[in-house]
Amino acid sequence: MDLTAPVLTGYGIWSPVAWLVAFVAVVVIVYLFWKTGESSYKKGTELERPYLSGNVEPEKGDVHIRASHLYWGFLQALKGYYDVLVPVHTGVLTDYMIWFVAVTAGVLIIVGVLS
Amino acid sequence: MTITDFLFTNAPALLVAIPLFAAFICPIAGKISSKVRNLWVMGMMLVTAAVAFILAYRVFVTGPVLYVFGAAAANFAIPLDSGGIPIRIIFTVDAMSAFMDIICAIVGVSVLLYSLSSESRNSGLEGYYTLFFLMIAGVFGMVSTGDIFNFFVFLEILSLASAGMIAYRIDGGLAVEAALKYFILSTLGAIFVLFAIGIYYGQYDALNIAMIAQRMQFTMLDKIALVLLVAALAMKCGAVPLHFWTPDAYSLAPSSVTAFLVVASQASLYGLFRVIFTMYNVTMNCVTVGWIIIIFGVLSMVVGVTMAIPQKDVKRLMAYHAISQTGYMLLGVGVGLAVLGNTELTSAFGFMAMEGGIFHIFNHAMYKGLLFLTAGAIFYRIGTRDLNKMGGLGHTMKYTMIFFMIGALAIAGIPPFNGFASKLMIYESVYLFNPLLAIIAMVVSILTLASFVKVFHSIFMGPKLPEYADVKEAPLPMLIGMGILAAIVILFGLFPQPVVDIIVAPAAHALIDQGGYIASVLGGA
Repeated sequence: MDLTAPVLTGYGIWSPVAWLVAFVAVVVIVYLFWKTGESSYKKGTELERPYLSGNVEPEKGDVHIRASHLYWGFLQALKGYYDVLVPVHTGVLTDYMIWFVAVTAGVLIIVGVLS
Repeated sequence: MTITDFLFTNAPALLVAIPLFAAFICPIAGKISSKVRNLWVMGMMLVTAAVAFILAYRVFVTGPVLYVFGAAAANFAIPLDSGGIPIRIIFTVDAMSAFMDIICAIVGVSVLLYSLSSESRNSGLEGYYTLFFLMIAGVFGMVSTGDIFNFFVFLEILSLASAGMIAYRIDGGLAVEAALKYFILSTLGAIFVLFAIGIYYGQYDALNIAMIAQRMQFTMLDKIALVLLVAALAMKCGAVPLHFWTPDAYSLAPSSVTAFLVVASQASLYGLFRVIFTMYNVTMNCVTVGWIIIIFGVLSMVVGVTMAIPQKDVKRLMAYHAISQTGYMLLGVGVGLAVLGNTELTSAFGFMAMEGGIFHIFNHAMYKGLLFLTAGAIFYRIGTRDLNKMGGLGHTMKYTMIFFMIGALAIAGIPPFNGFASKLMIYESVYLFNPLLAIIAMVVSILTLASFVKVFHSIFMGPKLPEYADVKEAPLPMLIGMGILAAIVILFGLFPQPVVDIIVAPAAHALIDQGGYIASVLGGA
């Protein structure tokens, strides 16, 4: 058994080991670049404080971008889609049962009558 | 008879008997002490997993294993005076069943180990572990049995135990409501399954799957039975638009339970595939039914991921992603089904699509189980599932963050994790069937990555928040439980082809080889 054998997809191949070797090579190159950088950082000094153009640093909780603020644009762009999709999830059990029975009936018509 | 012979011969029965025994002894062990109970449940889970691996090894090496309950010999399927009908309860464990057994065993061990810590602060743990072992027995029974009525019985055991587990935390009544929704929809589904079984029994005088498959005529009644089973099992596995119970149940159950609910849903997916491929196969209109499965898959992928993005509850978000990932499995196997009658197309891409779909079942159980366990570890430490209240936990929960990253990258199909390997197989084979479907699958993966970037940022990134200044890393047993799944996610991603060769391809072949399944039970009958 060849552990490193690539996956044959029928259309191409995928070799994770080759990918990993390339990834490690890139990481080594990046590390070498990083090592050439300035090393004057000193822990526990002013260097650790965020630079805010002289303004007072806000509370830690205020600067963290919360989940609700992410992807606002995406949700706005798809507002019409979400306006339809979200209300379907009513949380009402009888609605869910109707969906179940209706989908079953629909599939029955397709399999039993149309095909 | 040595213990090895005994285990080899009786492994299919022990796979169900041990968890049932463990479940009923658990309350007694709990009366002695919590340490004794914990030792009992962990020991029994390890023994069950060992039996599952022994059985799977036997199946993958020697072929399908037959176990006839109450017969003089374990493989004596047809009594001499039965008129050629296998009247006893028979377990038929082929490569597909063994594949599911392995998933259940791995996730079962990880979840139980994790539960020892995650549930340690709660009361009523005897009931918790009893129900957990009933779930284990239900899944093993569903995937091992060769009898359709027996399948219904194990489905019911699993549903009842799962409903109890979903309601376990009560959570101000919310968890009970989620359990009630799951329970009632499951009961309606169970009625459908029972009605279908009645149709088969009325027509073919048989409950054995191989016997029904051999006698299948695909009459109008068979079509009705097929639709009832497809609808019920698609609902149980959370396929859109029958998925509505899933976000409530997955988000409100304890995280350890949610990780195992993923496997429970996959057992229903197994049932769906078993019915379609083993009982009907090419006797039905494969193109029509294949496209129905594909449409379920595409709807699940798209609706699942787009509903996940706006969620604020981390577990509810993950639940929608679980629905989305189920779509990939349905898509892959649906494409395989749609071309089943065409040998040329099956060998060109149909079989590869099925392999991709089946491989994704395994991968999904590992990375989604891992993600739910990381969500549970966070809830264990900070007491909320609300993403808006989280932040900066990467400073203190470093290992949990690493495990989350592994799970998130795997679910998004980023190399070299296991999700990439199975998704690539699905993309490329489905592209040859219909390029649009492959493009949709790829877009869904991009949206999945976007969604998990949001979750990662919301939970772990940002400054250390004052309210979580004292938060510690998750306890060791929880980390070990997550670590087992994370290790498999990485290993199966780095070495996918041996996994495909050893367990995935035989499982896919077992599904489409209806004649082989029938012959393994009925011989030349």
